[in-house]
Amino acid sequence: MTNLPENQRVVITGVGLAAPNAANLTEYRRKVLAGISEITTIDLRYMEPAPAGVCRFAETRYRKKKENKRGTRAGCISVYCAHEAINDAGIDFSEYGKDKTGVYLGLTEHGTVETENEVYNISQFDYNTDYWTHHHNPRTVLNNPPGEVTMSLGITGPHYAVGAACAAGNAALIQGVQMLRLGEVDLALCGGISECVGSFGIFASFKAQGALAEHQDPTKASRPFDMARNGIVISEGGCIYTLERLDRAKARGAKIYGEIAGYAMNSDARDFVLPFGERQSQCMELALERAGMGPEDITILNTHATGTRQGDVEECKAIRRVFADCPNTYINNTKSHIGHAMGAAGVLELAANLPSFTDNMVHPTINLENLDPDCDLPNIVANKAKQLDNIEAILNNSFGMVGVNSVVIVKKYRN
Amino acid sequence: MTRAEINDLILEIIADIDEDAEFDDLDADKPLRDQLDLDSMDFLDIVMELRKRYQLQIPEEDYPELATLTSCVNYLEPKLKDK
Repeated sequence: MTNLPENQRVVITGVGLAAPNAANLTEYRRKVLAGISEITTIDLRYMEPAPAGVCRFAETRYRKKKENKRGTRAGCISVYCAHEAINDAGIDFSEYGKDKTGVYLGLTEHGTVETENEVYNISQFDYNTDYWTHHHNPRTVLNNPPGEVTMSLGITGPHYAVGAACAAGNAALIQGVQMLRLGEVDLALCGGISECVGSFGIFASFKAQGALAEHQDPTKASRPFDMARNGIVISEGGCIYTLERLDRAKARGAKIYGEIAGYAMNSDARDFVLPFGERQSQCMELALERAGMGPEDITILNTHATGTRQGDVEECKAIRRVFADCPNTYINNTKSHIGHAMGAAGVLELAANLPSFTDNMVHPTINLENLDPDCDLPNIVANKAKQLDNIEAILNNSFGMVGVNSVVIVKKYRN
Repeated sequence: MTRAEINDLILEIIADIDEDAEFDDLDADKPLRDQLDLDSMDFLDIVMELRKRYQLQIPEEDYPELATLTSCVNYLEPKLKDK
């Protein structure tokens, strides 16, 4: 991906997001630099309360309450993020045809929340399925979140969801890059969404696996790399980017956050849940190779680590293999602030770091009080943001269940 | 239920579907769909709500009876007289 013509170079020109601690990029950046987590505790239908990330944003800024009620929480988050991204990019569709705009959203899962709610609903009517809602199918089809975006914005180009467990956000970002390079679309709205805090089943399943975080103070529950970690903090959230080809972005005088330098995806082909560091290393190496970069060219490595011992240690092994001698590469983790936003994780975590190209700061990994010796990588930025002279490239790891790995490299835009 | 109560019930159900619905200028004899932001899925919501609240089973062929506020009241009056 080096020396590409401008019509093959893809840049990020807009960001819309909803995170547990922020509803726009400026607020989000301020919070992650200051280490402000707003993870809270939520009640779950059939089990004890658990720490979770819940987003607060202007749900009716871009559509009516009626539409939010008819659609899904994932759709509501998607519509908000998509409009915010379009506004941030300064796009009014005079530059791009709505038929040449694609919407690609990554989802870890979809339909779980709606199905659980509906089963609960009919339980109030002695499980008589006459009371099952007619909204069930349009709410639970996998393309529901990107489809709600197209209805809200009148976009008539392609829309679909990309399923890749917790690598899905990155996978959708990659899909957007590919579709732009192929000329299938001229503008891609892509990112990831999660509504999973609405599903007790997701919490119960992680708990059954021994991987659900607990802590008296919910803001301290998400603690990757720390000896006292005890699992994942589940969060909802969303992040959507506008991606454009560089020639078109320049022609309209777009603000450019960064350029997609490289990416890779691969599969462990081994286990349903256990991560596999060797394949993660290969994924990072492939992304670097495609970017025409060496590991020493990466300034920030944003880890996937979720706060489970095995996952954290395995990723650290993978990083050690690839970044053996990189004194200028700094490592951080965004889940320590916002929890694990599942399908939104990769893209929300990238967004937490994207402003680094202008402020030259590396946001810290918080709640890191007693570093696990097996995670003792050089240059982990712990608890306090680090100022650097220059930040050139961010490598974003995002891995998922059933063995799916994704790596995206974004570099500072230079003409 | 009286006709007035049924009238209020329908408006309450519609308000629950669309909190922004304005009833001040509603003409009871004109189709609800022409005056409010309602589509076929919303009418199914009305049918479902009547089923949940009063165990009313409204067959599909009767859905046109729910077109206007007056026709709703006419249709539901005998069905809800003992409710």
